[in-house]
Amino acid sequence: MILELLANAISTGVLLGCIYAALALGLAVSFGLLHIPNIAHPVFVVTGAFAATVFNAMGFDPLLVSLPLALVFYGAGIAFFEFYSRIYEKRGESDTMQALTLFFGVSLVIETVLVMQFGADQRSTDVDYVGQSLTLGPVVMPYRLLIPALVAPVMVTALWLYLKYTYAGIAIRAVAHDERALSVSGIDPGWIKRHAFGIAAATAAISGAALVIVGPIDPFAGRMQIGRAFAVVILAGMGSIPGTLAAGILIGVTEALVGAFGSPSWAPAVAFTMLLATLAFKPSGLFGAAR
Amino acid sequence: MPAVWRTAHGQGAPIRIGTTICKTGALSSTKSTLTGLELWRDDVNKAGGLLGRPVELVTYDDQSAVAQIPSLYSKLVDIDKVDVLISPYGAGLSAPLMPFVKQRDLFMIGMFALAGNDVTRHDKFFHSAPWGPESKTNWARGFFDVAKKNGCSRIAVLSADVEFAKTAAGGAEQIAGEYGMTVVYKQSYPPATNDFSSILRNIKAQTPDAVFVCSYPPDSTALVRGLSEVGIGDSVKLFGGAMVGTQYASLLGSLGPALNGIVSFALYAPEPTMANSEMTAFLSRYEKVAAEQGLDPLGFYIPPFAYVAGQLIAAAVTGAGSLDKAAMAKVLHETEVKTIAGPAKFNDIGDWTERRVLMVQFRDIKGKDVAQFRQAGRQVILDPPSLRSGDLVAPLTKARSS
Amino acid sequence: MSLRENAMDWAVRRTGRTPRATRSLVFALGCLAVLALGVVLTRMVDNPYVFFAGYVVIQYVALATGWNVLGGYAGYINFGPTAFYGVGVYMAAFLVKAMGAPLPVAIAAAGVAGALLGLAMGWMTLRVQGVYFAIATIALVVMAETVIHNIDYLGGASGLALMPPQAPAWAGGQPQFMLMVMLAIAVAFVALARWIEISAMGRGLRALKASEIAAECAGVPTFRLKLIACAVSGAMLAIAGAPYVYYASFIEPGTAFSLALSLNAIAMPLIGGKRSWVGPVIGALLLATVQQAASVTISSELNILVVGVVLILFVAVAPDGIVGIVEKLTRRRGA
Repeated sequence: MILELLANAISTGVLLGCIYAALALGLAVSFGLLHIPNIAHPVFVVTGAFAATVFNAMGFDPLLVSLPLALVFYGAGIAFFEFYSRIYEKRGESDTMQALTLFFGVSLVIETVLVMQFGADQRSTDVDYVGQSLTLGPVVMPYRLLIPALVAPVMVTALWLYLKYTYAGIAIRAVAHDERALSVSGIDPGWIKRHAFGIAAATAAISGAALVIVGPIDPFAGRMQIGRAFAVVILAGMGSIPGTLAAGILIGVTEALVGAFGSPSWAPAVAFTMLLATLAFKPSGLFGAAR
Repeated sequence: MPAVWRTAHGQGAPIRIGTTICKTGALSSTKSTLTGLELWRDDVNKAGGLLGRPVELVTYDDQSAVAQIPSLYSKLVDIDKVDVLISPYGAGLSAPLMPFVKQRDLFMIGMFALAGNDVTRHDKFFHSAPWGPESKTNWARGFFDVAKKNGCSRIAVLSADVEFAKTAAGGAEQIAGEYGMTVVYKQSYPPATNDFSSILRNIKAQTPDAVFVCSYPPDSTALVRGLSEVGIGDSVKLFGGAMVGTQYASLLGSLGPALNGIVSFALYAPEPTMANSEMTAFLSRYEKVAAEQGLDPLGFYIPPFAYVAGQLIAAAVTGAGSLDKAAMAKVLHETEVKTIAGPAKFNDIGDWTERRVLMVQFRDIKGKDVAQFRQAGRQVILDPPSLRSGDLVAPLTKARSS
Repeated sequence: MSLRENAMDWAVRRTGRTPRATRSLVFALGCLAVLALGVVLTRMVDNPYVFFAGYVVIQYVALATGWNVLGGYAGYINFGPTAFYGVGVYMAAFLVKAMGAPLPVAIAAAGVAGALLGLAMGWMTLRVQGVYFAIATIALVVMAETVIHNIDYLGGASGLALMPPQAPAWAGGQPQFMLMVMLAIAVAFVALARWIEISAMGRGLRALKASEIAAECAGVPTFRLKLIACAVSGAMLAIAGAPYVYYASFIEPGTAFSLALSLNAIAMPLIGGKRSWVGPVIGALLLATVQQAASVTISSELNILVVGVVLILFVAVAPDGIVGIVEKLTRRRGA
């Protein structure tokens, strides 16, 4: 019995952890690589989730429809980055605190617009596989978690390959490393950053669709996730894309174990404790280079 | 102070009724309160008002925030000089208001404030919702009456870390003890939990006969989904009880057939034992407004009792023949008021003397069309006995598969 | 003091034309005048709405001022002021429930608890970049709320109704008394903030805000200064929460850790101006008064939307807030 519970807690934890990683992936790009503390990212994800529900109501599968939506989000991300860099980055010395405040204001505006458009009620999607589960021996995995969870490894692998093997991807990593050196080599760092921020926003469309399959959401669902998403990125180590998946799973499994064997009431404290511990004892994270 | 406003509000000036509505914030799904009140106001004014004076509503948005309540109600009373108060939605928002109402000796109708007057014991406070006396422990007693009738002795109690749920869970334990049942599992979980698989497995391991669940809308959804996904075992005859959200169309529509077999509370269900022509007429008028304003399309839970609040005020004012608060309270204490939700009689602290909290079992739900919930037989009333429209189908696994 | 006078005073101070002692005397007299006005108000007005609404507005002055000690002077943004505020609320509630503690005891205990929490947070996160501190404070609110949910003695998620000790007879009633208490706290906070600003500590904080490395090289003990600012700010935020139990007689986590409170405590200094004590006061009075009026006229969604847009605008166009704008205008006129 204990073993069955343990196996199921771990499998659920892995699934939830994958979803956390998907939520945090865009942040791993914008915060980890570009050093832009985009605390509005979870709200972007929620916006993606709402977009998915709108198309789901017309009969589309939320995950499939999120792929074209990702393109829209990519464009919106680029436009938003343009706005952001105009008003603040070009002012001179990067003032992270100003940026934080700006994103804070942006997330308020997005949340409120969502409330005014959709109301504060819960919204959910209607997909066939919700309510069924995959049984592997003693382990039962609900498709409601399993299918969105698969999104994370796919996105992580795709992004990792992109950053590793394509020209633009290598340039993004170069921007993260040394912006000036990149401009010397004849590439416009501004374009590369816009492009990277666009990618970060695009992931929000897909992870938003994943999130709304897991359970109903409301316009304020992003708030619950801010701390957790940053915990994933920092625990992974700034900018480590595969590390995001590992860190997400680590947090997810710990939460599930606390929930199954301790008290579920304490689960929300898990991510926070791990975040603080990382900052206090290993600020470079698990997979990040020391900085 | 009364002398001042009497001159200002002479004959023919409107009778002002003040309340705050959760138009925004966490409780904004309760804003249909306003529609219920407005429908009542229109009815009363069409019929010539109260004491020959028209009725006017004065409402503010309390943002579902406790911190807003003292200043907004002080404004209603001291600046807007309203004649009658209606409480904000629920016990949490009403709690900071009760000492003020008692101290100033105001007349107030409670909106869903479960056990809202049990501590203050103000004699000019009346509930519009039929929670019944000693409601803190007793409002969900129906669940345990059904459990007892069906021979349940092992009880699991699961509750969200939210005010209403914790209160319900506390009462549940007490009643279980009183009925000689054993609480074999007791757990609370944080709001917005979206995976209940390990909790459900832990419950299953205890083989309870009944699971009393006190949950909020997002977790109600996740729990019902979890039931389909990991199951709960064959021992469970009765599952649910205090699942908030199962009263609203949005959740009913999104869960559809996954609700079958679950038992939850309601204040109105369109069963033959309960439906009456006035209620049906009210709901069909409400539906039209709801469709325009994007409110809950069914409106079984809140709007009728906002209308009841109005009917109670009307009965008190006309019975007293004035706006004298003591006389109004006397009327409600001594006479039975006919409302669209049935006859209301009150005890000394304004509870309905008869608890009319329904325990309904969801049955025969097919597809996700919300309109089916307007038909009889979908929410079968198991308790109270006076309104019973059917018997429990048990165990849960059977009720869900049928 | 009017806005203009304040700004002038500030401009003058920067050029150092009047001796500091005179200015401090004027400031102290101003504080006394505000307090006296408060006492007179509680005697003259008999409409309790004024006291309830006034309490909310003045509480924001205290919160904004407390937040600004760290956020404005040191430039470390605390996204979770309600974590500290909530600790103050619950500390007071605990003392009231356990021993019917009088208000001064509750305030002192809340201050100590807030300072310790500030120290702990600072110690764990301030050695790396400031952005980590900001992020950790976001998560701190969730943590604090989780802890409270798990303490049954304090009512957990259900909240707790308490009968706090009644106001002394001379105050003329609980709402009046609470207003005076909050006013005294706010005035004390503003005075403390001003003192920090003109003291060596303020200079050190400004130096580390401008460039942490340069300040370090110049011998400013940056880590220690940041820790002190963190503790002082934490104590102030917690103290601002302590009287709440006495004001509402009912507490619940949703109120003590409310997002609107956090949001306002951050927005007010940013809108007023972060660099001097005047900014948070102006921002708080302006925003809180508008919101008190707006909560009864326009929808609160629009209200939050306006705060969001105004925040973005100020960050984009006027990073030094209203004080910065006034300063720029007066300087241009003077030139």
